[in-house]
Amino acid sequence: MKETILLLAVALFFVAIALSVYRIVKGPSMPDRAIALDTIAVNLISSIAIVSVLLSTKAFLDAILILGILSFIGTISFSKYIERGVLIERKRND
Amino acid sequence: MKINDVILRTVVKGVVFIILTLGMYLFFAGHNAPGGGFIGGLVLASAVVLLYLAYDIETIQKTMPFDFKKVAAVGVLLATGTALGSVLFDVPFLSHTDGYFDLPLLGETHLTTVTIFEAGVALTVVGVVVTIILSINEEGGE
Repeated sequence: MKETILLLAVALFFVAIALSVYRIVKGPSMPDRAIALDTIAVNLISSIAIVSVLLSTKAFLDAILILGILSFIGTISFSKYIERGVLIERKRND
Repeated sequence: MKINDVILRTVVKGVVFIILTLGMYLFFAGHNAPGGGFIGGLVLASAVVLLYLAYDIETIQKTMPFDFKKVAAVGVLLATGTALGSVLFDVPFLSHTDGYFDLPLLGETHLTTVTIFEAGVALTVVGVVVTIILSINEEGGE
């Protein structure tokens, strides 16, 4: 019973990822795509957590942490590029 | 135009230390679990890249006055140095040795020369990744 519920949750996360992929392909504006990429990362983190509950292992916790860090950096760089057009400024401008 | 990014800078100041801690954990966990020099180096490099994103090149150069090309060179030198050291003890190139030592506070600890090699790998990865990110960021016109 518990296993069925967890498998169903993973399947639903994959549906959510598919919807976000549709938003990336179709997305009318660039911020939509950035948010969709962040959503995919969050859904992936959640599904990895559920898979590690299913397999009752903690080997995937490092993967969760690294995925969180990378999605954080990715979202920041995407939004900074959209907002200012340059990722790393040469000198301080304030 | 003056841009207000105080939220980003405040968050990054805290998050960078979490990322650096995770990087060092992965570096030392590589002994007998997933992890190691390459992955630890990548995570450390991502912390440096995050600092560059939140601040700017001038400030970070003042805070961390390393030439990252030289960091990569020192890493390669360290890795090949441990590899060459094995030749002095009349064993094949790149051989490594290990042993159990009684350390104060830590008790019996498993120490190995692979850690020094891995430190070289980590330094190389940090240097190369930061150099690549900084060079693809440069504008062609200048």
